[in-house]
Amino acid sequence: MTYSIEVKNVSKKFDDFVAVDNISFTVTEGEIFAFLGPNGAGKTTSIKMLTTLLEPTSGSVILNGFNVALESDQTRKSFGIVFQDPSLDNDLTAYENMEFHAVLYGVPSSVYKPRIVELLNLVELWDRKDDLVKDFSGGMKRRLEIARGLLHHPRVLFLDEPTLGLDPQTRNKIWEYISNLNKKEHLTVFFTTHYMEEADRVAQRVAIIDHGKIIASGTPIQLKEKTKSATLEDAFLALTGTDIRADNSASMDGMRIRNKLWNK
Amino acid sequence: MKTIYILWLRQLKKYFRSKQRMFASLAQPLLFLFAFGYGFGSVFAKAGDGNYITFLAPGIIAMTVMFTSVFSGIEIISDKQFGFLKETLVAPVSRFNIMLGRTLGGATVACIQGVIIFLITLVAGFHPAVSGLYMAFVFMFMLALFFTAFGTAIASKLDDMQGFPLIINFLVMPLFFLSGALFPVTGLPKVFGMLVRLNPLSYAVDGIRGSLSGVHAFSLSFDFVILAVFAFLFLYIGAELFKRIQA
Repeated sequence: MTYSIEVKNVSKKFDDFVAVDNISFTVTEGEIFAFLGPNGAGKTTSIKMLTTLLEPTSGSVILNGFNVALESDQTRKSFGIVFQDPSLDNDLTAYENMEFHAVLYGVPSSVYKPRIVELLNLVELWDRKDDLVKDFSGGMKRRLEIARGLLHHPRVLFLDEPTLGLDPQTRNKIWEYISNLNKKEHLTVFFTTHYMEEADRVAQRVAIIDHGKIIASGTPIQLKEKTKSATLEDAFLALTGTDIRADNSASMDGMRIRNKLWNK
Repeated sequence: MKTIYILWLRQLKKYFRSKQRMFASLAQPLLFLFAFGYGFGSVFAKAGDGNYITFLAPGIIAMTVMFTSVFSGIEIISDKQFGFLKETLVAPVSRFNIMLGRTLGGATVACIQGVIIFLITLVAGFHPAVSGLYMAFVFMFMLALFFTAFGTAIASKLDDMQGFPLIINFLVMPLFFLSGALFPVTGLPKVFGMLVRLNPLSYAVDGIRGSLSGVHAFSLSFDFVILAVFAFLFLYIGAELFKRIQA
């Protein structure tokens, strides 16, 4: 079996705070994998470490066969990412954002021109291609970001809360595109979400992270059976508890803000 | 190479799409040009130094280039805030090339602004030496590279859009006033003259003025060497600090 993602004993410490504590997991090629956890559990920090943006304090990450720490350029060419926060240039048009990305990733114009047409049609934005992104709605921006993330034919697509704040129509559409791409291009998908029913419906396998540790993993059915729950949401609550861990998330937010102030 | 080009092109597109920014950043140099140019013109002539507009215009051109380039650093901060910077930092492109593309873009925009001001000074009565245009442009571009890199260095360390103009004004205003853009640097009080000589901007002003008006305090080759050294030094510092930005 070929793995798209192999994470071995990865930890990340910020000063004295352990954001990610010795996690290990694998994602198989062509799999849709959901990475779930309460706020501040370490999801975004983990994604940053998987995508070369943050160096782990210890442990190793192999992505598409590349060592993320040592072969960052090859790694970067091999995945696409949709960040939690928008990352488009609002002063450029949809097409220009796509073209910028293609050139940055070294995609030749003979390849990217038809690919942009294909992807913008897929996310139903082709007729808006010459409009400035600042005039787009949140859902349109998200769709454009997904199209952009796929432009350089990545083998893994990372999606950090891709459907946050979107209406059910857009959310369904987005998962429809992603499921189709997963089948058609054999794309591995790694995503985080707080909508458990989405994870239940879309993901083939799930890992749950809490307090920086992976506390459970398996298929949604396995997790539901293990916790004797009817839904994945109940299973999630059974595993992570119903408390809103205010103390922890407050310190996490503090850490995030500090981190933003000093490192951004 | 293509990645540097697309980053450069992005800066230019954003510049041409933001007409307000283009006009707003010309307002201050125009104010200086007209207020000082016409206000001090007669005093300057009486002191035996000739036509003040001829003296002042190159200083105002240098001022425009310097302010536009250093303020282009704010685009790095806005890219941080609007998330676009992450898109470039996660791409398989070296940080150095990203920084270089952005800096060349910012420097080009600053030179365009400088040329616009130059054309306006012609209307205001400036008669430059046509033979010096080419050399003046070389000085403008080096000045632009130097200060765009300077802005990049500062923006790399800051996250705050409000703080950037404050810090820049604190650093750049003294450089401007101590550069000889507004007054001749010969015959100044000793300490003041020293400060002018320590100020790299003085050599850019002197170079542009020497090329266009034929009046200069230092030799043009000396101006060139000093400016080149500072441009490269700050490109290096800017690149190092830009590399350390964490997404």
